[in-house]
Amino acid sequence: MKQTITFNLNGEPVEVEIEPHLTLLQLLRDKLEMTGTKEGCGMGECGACTVLLDGKTINSCIFPALEVEGRNVTTIEGIMDSQGNLHPIQKSFIEHGAIQCGFCTPGMILSAKALLDENPNPSEEEIRNGIAGNLCRCTGYLQIIQAIKAASGQQLKR
Amino acid sequence: MKKFDYLRPKSLEEALTLLNQYRERAKLIAGGTDVIVMIKQKQIAPEVLISLQDIQDLKQMKYNGSLRIGSLVTHRMLEKSELIRKEFTALSDAVDVLGSIQIRNVGTIGGNICTAAPSADTVPPLLVLGAQVQLKSLKEERVLPLDQLFLGPGETAIEQGEILTEIFIPKPLPHTGSAYWKHQRRKALDLPILGVAVMLSLDRSSVTCSDLICTSSPISTVLHALEGEEVVCKEVRIALGVAAPTPMRAVQAETLLRGKRLSDELLWEVAEMAAKEAQPRDTIRGEAWYRREMIRVFVKRMAMRCIERILRPEETIFPERLW
Repeated sequence: MKQTITFNLNGEPVEVEIEPHLTLLQLLRDKLEMTGTKEGCGMGECGACTVLLDGKTINSCIFPALEVEGRNVTTIEGIMDSQGNLHPIQKSFIEHGAIQCGFCTPGMILSAKALLDENPNPSEEEIRNGIAGNLCRCTGYLQIIQAIKAASGQQLKR
Repeated sequence: MKKFDYLRPKSLEEALTLLNQYRERAKLIAGGTDVIVMIKQKQIAPEVLISLQDIQDLKQMKYNGSLRIGSLVTHRMLEKSELIRKEFTALSDAVDVLGSIQIRNVGTIGGNICTAAPSADTVPPLLVLGAQVQLKSLKEERVLPLDQLFLGPGETAIEQGEILTEIFIPKPLPHTGSAYWKHQRRKALDLPILGVAVMLSLDRSSVTCSDLICTSSPISTVLHALEGEEVVCKEVRIALGVAAPTPMRAVQAETLLRGKRLSDELLWEVAEMAAKEAQPRDTIRGEAWYRREMIRVFVKRMAMRCIERILRPEETIFPERLW
């Protein structure tokens, strides 16, 4: 039996009728056509489907959609400012070559955002820990770590 | 994914009533980081999921010397708790390395126990901390020591109609330290090849060598110095994950050490005994002989880490400075 849920998606209220077995990822991609969030492994291991729920990272591919009732969901589509400028972390990823195929990027950027929101000045170790739940098969991570470090306002070593 | 209905009771009574109504057609879901994966992998096919997420009582932690953790407390909440890092350190060690931040933000301690995987990271620490679990049904409630809960891989003594509501950890003895080692190939998102937890209580935490060498020397040097001071091990518990069909206590190894004077030689004997007691098997993550060998190594190391944490509590927050 379908159920109606209301929640906040990227700052906008959403009301939608869904089947109860949907994951949050299916709700976002298939019902709401927000395809910025990617499906990788579908088992909570690769982090490609990472979104923010009340500011905290979760794997949306294994998260029951009905549990977002009354809560705030942020996807990669929702972190630009109101004038349509990219978020500083997005800019930094582009500047530092932290994107290659781009499939891990939305999840990686949201993990970076959750990290910097909580810890604005993280050490390299803390950055590595912060993105440990996101697999990237292209970059070798170094550019990603540099991009996050730069986005936090830290000087990069030459 | 197979279709299911999804119910969100607002209280424990409502959840118990629903569980009684749907019985084996229903499965309880906490964070869902195991349950949803099991459904996707077609290991289970419940008609109804009963979510415990709206039951606020299950999300509380209460401390007054002893600790009560609601079954819906997330791994991330435990990881962030300074109290747990200080008093129940082995549990901190486990949630630091469990899954990923994404998993820890959602996965719960009660869920980790109820999935009953031989590899559950929180279980060996809870076993050495002497944890008990509270099980509630419509008719009654009972308390079970955690070491009586596991019957086999994925199997527990939790009966139809019961919900695990709370984990109780007794107040540690004075001069106690605990530690957990997850032996794994990656630093995140891996299952352990082996999990080793040790809790030690000594008869004192100040030793005369402390000013001279305890502050700076490796703990192996300290251990040799302690032999001359006749420091006695008052209580010890050792637990192993992925070393048998269920998480297990190494009871015979504990007996060798309990009430005895600490020495390097004795700790090796204890570790040897733990390796002998375990019943590891060959799996894709590691072969039995290798697991046994590593049990020997890590039981000794975790015992030394406990000693270090008792003698140098201020360094507990920097667990990597060792040996």
